[in-house]
Amino acid sequence: MTSPLPGGRAASAPLMGHESEPTLFEMSVPSRSAYQLRTTGVPATPLEELVPTNHLNDEIVPIAEVSERDLVGHFTRLSHRQYSVDLGMYPLGSCTMKYNPKFCDAVAADPGLNSVHPAAPASLCQGWLEIMVTLEEKLCAITGMSAATLQPAAGAAGELTGLLLMRAYHESRRDVRRRVLTPDSAHGTNPASVTLGGYEVTTVPSSDRGLVDLKALKAALGPDVAGIMLTNPNTVGLFEEEIVEIARAVHDVGGLLYYDGANLNAILGAVRPGDMGFDIVHMNLHKTFATPHGGGGPGAGPVAVAAHLVEFLPGPQASRVGEGGFDWVTPPRSIGRVHGWQGNAMVLARALAYIDVHGSDGLQRVSQHAVLNANWLRHRLRAILPAAYDRVCMHECTLSASPMKAEYGVRGLDVAKALLDEGFHSPTVYFPLIVEEALMFEPTETESVQTLEALAQAVERIAELARDDADQLRRAPQNTPVSRVDEARAARQLIATADAQG
Amino acid sequence: MADYLPHTDDDVHSMLTFLGMDSLDDLFAHIPSAIRLAGGLEIDPGLSEPDVAAIFASYTRANAAKATSMTCFAGGGAYDHEVPPVVKMLSNRSEFVTAYTPYQPEVAQGVLQAIFEYQTLVSRLSGLAIPNASLYDAATALVEALNMASGATGRQKMIISSGIHPHWRQVARTFARGTGHEIVEVPLRDGLSDWSSVDASEAAAVVAGYPNYLGTLEDLSEAKALAVANDALFVVGADPVAAGVLKTAGQWGADVFVGEGQAFGTPLSFGGPYVGLFACSVAQTRRLPGRIVGQTVDSSGRRAFVTTLRAREQDIRREKATSNVCTNQTLMAVAAAIQLGWLGTYGLREVATRCAQGAHYLYEELLGVDGVEALTSQPFFREFAVRVSKPAREVVSLMAERDVLAGLAVAQLTNGPDPSVDDVESVLLVTVTERRTKDEIDHYVEAMREVLKT
Repeated sequence: MTSPLPGGRAASAPLMGHESEPTLFEMSVPSRSAYQLRTTGVPATPLEELVPTNHLNDEIVPIAEVSERDLVGHFTRLSHRQYSVDLGMYPLGSCTMKYNPKFCDAVAADPGLNSVHPAAPASLCQGWLEIMVTLEEKLCAITGMSAATLQPAAGAAGELTGLLLMRAYHESRRDVRRRVLTPDSAHGTNPASVTLGGYEVTTVPSSDRGLVDLKALKAALGPDVAGIMLTNPNTVGLFEEEIVEIARAVHDVGGLLYYDGANLNAILGAVRPGDMGFDIVHMNLHKTFATPHGGGGPGAGPVAVAAHLVEFLPGPQASRVGEGGFDWVTPPRSIGRVHGWQGNAMVLARALAYIDVHGSDGLQRVSQHAVLNANWLRHRLRAILPAAYDRVCMHECTLSASPMKAEYGVRGLDVAKALLDEGFHSPTVYFPLIVEEALMFEPTETESVQTLEALAQAVERIAELARDDADQLRRAPQNTPVSRVDEARAARQLIATADAQG
Repeated sequence: MADYLPHTDDDVHSMLTFLGMDSLDDLFAHIPSAIRLAGGLEIDPGLSEPDVAAIFASYTRANAAKATSMTCFAGGGAYDHEVPPVVKMLSNRSEFVTAYTPYQPEVAQGVLQAIFEYQTLVSRLSGLAIPNASLYDAATALVEALNMASGATGRQKMIISSGIHPHWRQVARTFARGTGHEIVEVPLRDGLSDWSSVDASEAAAVVAGYPNYLGTLEDLSEAKALAVANDALFVVGADPVAAGVLKTAGQWGADVFVGEGQAFGTPLSFGGPYVGLFACSVAQTRRLPGRIVGQTVDSSGRRAFVTTLRAREQDIRREKATSNVCTNQTLMAVAAAIQLGWLGTYGLREVATRCAQGAHYLYEELLGVDGVEALTSQPFFREFAVRVSKPAREVVSLMAERDVLAGLAVAQLTNGPDPSVDDVESVLLVTVTERRTKDEIDHYVEAMREVLKT
């Protein structure tokens, strides 16, 4: 490989110094204001004449009193204290922090979509229903399933919805089942959702190849197993090669297979969950289909199902009726609503725009390049951060800082923090739990080889620092708006609001 | 053939060479061939952005109900409030939009501090000390409140006023399939919850709406007393805009507040993403669902913010977590903080007051129209229900022909008979926000007169 110019780094320090930003409340000055409202001409009847006094608050709830200029300054300065995909590479494993196309945001900003009331009669929002029906059809084509609900607002909401579908299916057959299997490498949301779905978790160990231990899985199966939740590729970034046999074994005892779509970005156009044998699939549109993460949300977690589960889907569902028309239809044995309205609609519209721009060819290339980048990075870093399982990975690679820890006493967390000083966001640290000193990198398909090389060179510099001055490394980061944060103190003495007594 | 991938053919070739591979297919060779997708995905090939924009233009044309062309008197948990350019521009800053969950606090102080400010505002508006960093929406926030009550009391019975929004109740029933909660709905009599009609012994939670979903202001003292008498948590689902002038959930004695934060800086958005507001009393802190941001210091003693009390959360507690929530609605929470900052203390009061003034003006005028009757004689705030002499759904359609989204046919929300109201097909729920002018309201009344005359 020729040595390309390093690229794609962010200077993560704010423009000027390291002063902390006052809160909105500290900036407040009595009688300052920013708001302007429409002149309505509505009679200004005193509130006391409209509402009985036992309902009125004697006290004024304080918000803040700031000028528009101060408001803009405040939130702009806060934004300068924040890393983001638009600023630089965000190789957080299992999070798929790819570039979010601006076009998709522009689609969602159209008042023809975002000013529509959610309870408008279907005849007055046919465009929205068509968006939802079209997205559902395309998501089903991508996953190999029969129908989908778009209501779940995030991945975990999709998981719980899927488990309730699993429960409804078994109950419809008067089949009482008690347990759901999850691998020891599963995302924490999986076991948490299982509990809320009314099932008990049975954890299945991983083999020394980083895959589900098929023998242990078979031993854990029984007539009381409702199903299994799997991520494929799994959370260490490896494809479960025995998936067909796993599916057969689970189906043989009458269980269902749930696909956690967190890692769907690896397999678009290559292999579909439906063809692997899965019955229920959730997708994280905010990962695979590039809708922005918003600092932790909103997401969208549609759930697609095989034919035998369609009748249980949440309702109402946007559906095709008559000639070219659309209406809301509730499936006959629906589990009911899982969202206050019809899901995170603006996220759904963005995802459809993303799918339309890419199409079948573009989506396939997305996964090919995501897998290429992860393997290139895994191979490039192998001398410093060896892969936990040294073979071809999918869209992310789980590396380990164990050698650095053994040699220099430097932990994975120190490497992650030092990367912040280098102008990169950290990889995911200490997940999955089954890998020691795990550093999980997911470069995504939208980063150039120059950026990957720059990241690799940054890791090399960190390794040199570990050798020469491990103490300095343990003090990283220093070039960020704040240095290492005292997390223990935050938990010991909770200050969750500006009004809390510290 | 449009996309956002940077690699040139030469890049791909040299990267594959570095890996000792010949083609991109080699990267997928370990996937069993029996399940490989041979012919590619069965969706259309990619289009350019302008081509996709043309498709979306056809969708937007087919949305007649957009608030830019139809005057919106619909509410029911989704409100047409002013969102000024300054709030849109700030909350659309890409540093907020394209950030991930703040797992590395050293480079996430912007989002963390904005959430801290949001939490402070949720706490003040709810009158409860411990807010979280947001949930998906009000309906799912209610479900989390029920789970909290179950955890706090070890009980399963949930006493829920049917003055709680029908969709929220429907969502609560769905999730009760997994948790095993028993949902008991309290009927409304003349617009007020009839608490005497239910057995609240062994209840985990007593849940009331403020105002209730039909707009009525209920005195919550009785509900609070019922919760206290049965050692249940008192959960109040409140309109946070009302908190600009009305008593807060905390002042009514709530242990838990849930609400819909869409009114603060988020457009109608066809129902999402919105933001579920949640706050509880100090006693319930360790059972809080989802994330919470706390203030602390960095290694140099400077103020810093970080997600905290992490030992409750799913990635650490796994099957014993207080909730499965991971992704929440941070961007909408940030927008809410910005919108509230723009409104300020007196702007929020002004908005709340104008909503009430507009709603009462319309109500009085509307009762003068033949075919419109009051549903109850109870006080209301900014939303009210009336009986109309034609099916409410038909009225909404006819009013739409006159460029007015006249409100919500309550039957559409309840999806059948409901303990909140008799003869639901004739009930129309009407909302007025601070954006509605007297002329718009007068036009509404005239249009209703025409619609009900024929």
